[in-house]
Amino acid sequence: MLTALCLVLAALAVLVLPAALGLAGLLRAGCAAVMAGLAALSLAALLWPSSAVLALPFGPPWAAALLALDPLSAWFTLLLGLTGCFAALLIVPAPRAELVGFPLFLLGMALALTAADGFTLLLGFEAMSLASWAMLHDRRAARLYLIFAVFGGGCLMAALGLLSAGAGSLGFAALRAAPPEGWSAVAVLLLVLPGVAAKAGLAPLHLWLPLAHPAAPGHVSALMSAVMVKVALYVLLRLIFDICGPAQASWWGVPLLLAGAASALLGALRANMEVDSKAILACSTIENVGLIAVGLGLALMFRGADMAVPAALAMSGALLHVLTHGLFKCLLFLGVGVAQAQAGSRRVDGLGGLLHNMPVLGWTMLVGALSAAAIPPLAGFASEWLLLQALLGAWRTGDALFQFAAMAALALVAMAVALGAAAMLRLWGLVFLGRPRSPRVAGAEDSARAALILPAALCLLLGLFPAAGLGLLHPVLAQWLGPEAVVPASLFGLTAGDAGASYLVLPAAFLLVAFAVALGRTGRGHATAPAWDCGFLAPPPHLPFGDPATQPSGPGFAQPIARMLGQPLLAAREAVAAPAPGSMAPALHEARAADPTWRALAALRRARHTTSLQADRLRSLSIRHALGLIFATLVLLLAVLAGLERP
Amino acid sequence: MISALVAALAGFLAQLMHVALVVALAPLLVGFVRLVKARLMGRRGPPITQPWRDIRKLLRKRPVVAAGATAITTTAPHLACAASLLAAALVPGFAHGMSLAPLADLLLLAGLLATARVALALAGMDAGTAFGGMGAARALSFAAFAEPVLLLCILVLAMIAGTTNLDVMLVSLRDGGVGLRVSLALAAVALVAVALVENGRMPADNPATHLELTMVHEAMLLEASGRHLALWEMAAALQLLVWLALLSALFLPWGVAPADGGPVAWLWGLATWLAKLGALAFALAVFESAVAKLRVFRVPEFLGAALLLAALAVALLFVSTGLA
Repeated sequence: MLTALCLVLAALAVLVLPAALGLAGLLRAGCAAVMAGLAALSLAALLWPSSAVLALPFGPPWAAALLALDPLSAWFTLLLGLTGCFAALLIVPAPRAELVGFPLFLLGMALALTAADGFTLLLGFEAMSLASWAMLHDRRAARLYLIFAVFGGGCLMAALGLLSAGAGSLGFAALRAAPPEGWSAVAVLLLVLPGVAAKAGLAPLHLWLPLAHPAAPGHVSALMSAVMVKVALYVLLRLIFDICGPAQASWWGVPLLLAGAASALLGALRANMEVDSKAILACSTIENVGLIAVGLGLALMFRGADMAVPAALAMSGALLHVLTHGLFKCLLFLGVGVAQAQAGSRRVDGLGGLLHNMPVLGWTMLVGALSAAAIPPLAGFASEWLLLQALLGAWRTGDALFQFAAMAALALVAMAVALGAAAMLRLWGLVFLGRPRSPRVAGAEDSARAALILPAALCLLLGLFPAAGLGLLHPVLAQWLGPEAVVPASLFGLTAGDAGASYLVLPAAFLLVAFAVALGRTGRGHATAPAWDCGFLAPPPHLPFGDPATQPSGPGFAQPIARMLGQPLLAAREAVAAPAPGSMAPALHEARAADPTWRALAALRRARHTTSLQADRLRSLSIRHALGLIFATLVLLLAVLAGLERP
Repeated sequence: MISALVAALAGFLAQLMHVALVVALAPLLVGFVRLVKARLMGRRGPPITQPWRDIRKLLRKRPVVAAGATAITTTAPHLACAASLLAAALVPGFAHGMSLAPLADLLLLAGLLATARVALALAGMDAGTAFGGMGAARALSFAAFAEPVLLLCILVLAMIAGTTNLDVMLVSLRDGGVGLRVSLALAAVALVAVALVENGRMPADNPATHLELTMVHEAMLLEASGRHLALWEMAAALQLLVWLALLSALFLPWGVAPADGGPVAWLWGLATWLAKLGALAFALAVFESAVAKLRVFRVPEFLGAALLLAALAVALLFVSTGLA
């Protein structure tokens, strides 16, 4: 199996060649085939788990690079294979730098996910960051992205250094045998959390995400949102759950739980206020990463309290959401990319009524949007049901701190889920319903059907048979929580909790459809007439799609939420510039909001500026002062050395 | 073996009767609330069967669909009505332990109500008219404040009953001790606030309004007509029934018959259920007549107070389970 994995990685490296030659067609077919192979390979690795490790004939000077495909890696590579395959289908001829970046990006992610030593992990992680950075179109976004990536990589590097100091090796098996203890364990946690948060987009290190994801081409941003942020979560799972071992305290989960809940709310709220459809999806990624982090935090809390079954519930909810979010977010990003290519706009205010001309795109994206909105019986509801059940059982840990943290997280998550649903409906409704907002929208046509229909079908199937996903997850849970830690699931649905609350998907979906069909028999056929619109006049002939000002706009649809929640949390402001009396000019409405963490970043930038000004003054020192400074530094260093050398 | 078969058959029969009953009762409940409100205002009011007559009349009429509307307009009413009907079928009424009892998960119930809401919001946006979009935006933002309250109330109930299954919850609340009632009372008040907002009732929305700017629920239906409008009216009536039945099942769980209890127990269960629904509907009418509608942007304060109550209920439970 590992040989096949090596072949996949080698094939990705070879695919750089057609990319460098600008052969987009070959690259598309090659990437899609290789990624489908990776998905099949991961499926096999989940069905027949093995913990074999393969030493590559090369690596850093001190040891060989190691590869492994254990169940956890396989779960994430399954997601990478599936979404990578769908995204690769949408490769279009582009500048060579962008084409070359794509296979390198896939290679980096695959390497990070299958590495079995710290060096290879970081190599893949940084390759992934750099390759995706190279494909960004917007310089400002790219710079911000790079700053956060460097920060995250630095934290992880330091964490791995601390871990290896105890074990004497970077191989995961050696690290696992010598888990950190006491202060060094806390230091590892404090390094891993910001390192992962910066890459996964957890609040307060999420600022780059809504800027960077829209700046990439559609299929790349699909992978960035669907897989890249998950690679960071994989690193969290690998370092904290796997390597730090089960002996860690319960409170390790609390920062993750609270950061996750805060990200979920912030992401969902921002998704409601953006007008760029890709930025909406990127903000919704922050929300979903937050939900997954809540599940992982709960799993850590439960595991610390030796409650294996609730830990399995939380963990399976989080991991199932990794897959479902990957699928629907990939679908939505690809769909938005297709809409942009066809209708010429990404802003929700520039689209509208696309369902008439692009039915395949519209209906597949509806499946994705409703999955994201956690509507039963689609995929998002099953994983969020598991997460909510885990949250509802969190009070059993018994500690008052955890109980109140879990209660706050429950309220925040509930609000985030409702806000996320509102954001997805706003996006889909404004883009696909209503009247076209520009002539080019009216001439758009469906394209790229396979890349849209396949993930939509998977969302539907995974929603109807969540037990299949849980069955694949079982080896992952058994790896850490013991064989008795299972979430009971059957063909009909899922079960959770002591008294067995169950979500019986199949009967519920059957009854829903049966009722809807029965109600459909009340009659058929309808007449068509101009919209009544409360008696609004018919539009003049030069406006074939009606007056666009009478349709809800992006900021207009966001107004209630912006006023109710945006004002206190995001400093949302509205301004109306009314024309002078008698003038026929339109009034202008402007809405703006600012993420609170921008302020922190601005303060950081000011601090850097002042420090550099201070440092600049050193250059104009007189020789006397300069010699004095050098001498003082020398004495200081000697004093430090003397202090350290003392037994 | 035989007795299990008989019990299953009785559960199935009770479930069928329950579904038929909720369909028949839902518009009557709306009519009853309207009648009581009219009497309180000193009007004679329409007869209690008026909503049924409206629905029957509308069902015969061919809908007129706005030009430019998509298949959403023609499918959404069926989906919303089906989701509401399924939700109504899951909430125990005159009997508990019916065939669909294992399905009656509170989170699924919330999901089904969300499905109905989503269908309505999409239908409101479909024609691209100003008021439909406005109503959809408002309804979705109310939901963002109602959902946390609902989840905290579910937490209270799940902590007491140990599960989120509604049927098991009903039995354990009915047979449980009286020690934890303060939390339950607080949760009940919070849940009533959610019910008012979710059903588009005063003080969040005015079901009788004719001024477009103040509408929420009705604004999304402005383009609906004929058969579609009948289905929307039915869905709204079913949702009102769901919430009232939910409140009565959770906080007034007495007198509910077991599904295999036989016809006499069923009749007694039916009588108490009707009495409870009637009392709740009467209270709703009195409350609606007594309060004024809030501004749209003050609804979060209303639900924020409910959130505080629910959080207080949870905190009290934490403390009491910690002491126990």
